[in-house]
Amino acid sequence: MATWDELTEGTEREPLEIGPLTRTDFVRYQGASGDFNPIHHDEDFAKGAGFPSVFSVGMLQAGILGTYATDWLGAANIRNFNVQFREQVWPGDHLVCTGTVARKYDDAGEHKVDIDLLVTRVESGGAAIKGSATFVVA
Amino acid sequence: MVDKSVIGQRSEPYEMVVERGKIREFARATMSRNPDYFDDPFAVSPPTFLMTSAFWATGSNPAASLDIDLARLLHGGQEFTFFGPPPRAGTKLTATGVVKDIYEKEGKRGGSMTFIEMATEFSDETGKVVAESKNVLIITGKSPTEDK
Repeated sequence: MATWDELTEGTEREPLEIGPLTRTDFVRYQGASGDFNPIHHDEDFAKGAGFPSVFSVGMLQAGILGTYATDWLGAANIRNFNVQFREQVWPGDHLVCTGTVARKYDDAGEHKVDIDLLVTRVESGGAAIKGSATFVVA
Repeated sequence: MVDKSVIGQRSEPYEMVVERGKIREFARATMSRNPDYFDDPFAVSPPTFLMTSAFWATGSNPAASLDIDLARLLHGGQEFTFFGPPPRAGTKLTATGVVKDIYEKEGKRGGSMTFIEMATEFSDETGKVVAESKNVLIITGKSPTEDK
């Protein structure tokens, strides 16, 4: 876990590549989260809505980004996690998570960092998620 | 058109127990191997774990009364704020949802879009608010791919 002295504004974490994502990954997340929108697992439903196939739950890649961020700065230390969804993620996609320290500061006696987070689709080079987080750091 | 009279309506408070097995299941589904989630009997919950409040929310949630076509529903964004470490296994939370705003925008694709902003507040056994979740749902005027 990164410490206060190791972090400066602009510090980047080693990228994490995952994939290829499978329909099983989508379904496992849907079961865990309780979001059973059929557009993420029912091929006929997805095609009926005009999509080429099922696609991932946005909160799956958001959750993977949360995993990446908390591995870096600590599960108990997170205080804010914010994501905006961009490109959809499809079966077979590879994703890369990246994170950069945007701000390092003291807040009411606590050391804190704000980090910028990104999930990029290897297949398109485009952003699947733009995110940010705040952690307390010892 | 979504019924805007639900703006400001709060759900009946509902209970959500943070369970250790559920934390493990959720951590696995989000591709974590972090022992802080898997091995600690009082594990903190992962950053997006409060999504599992779906298992606890009751039908009284005002958003549930909105008849939303799932084929036109997009998730725009999601935010979690923790006023201390994320809730730990064994914590009994009380959650209250509120519809913050509903508005329309003209989209470049998909015609007119409806935005629904919702928030859920989570308090612990002492009544202290320990976390808040906010989300933005987007309902496209037509299926997202129809104009391609």
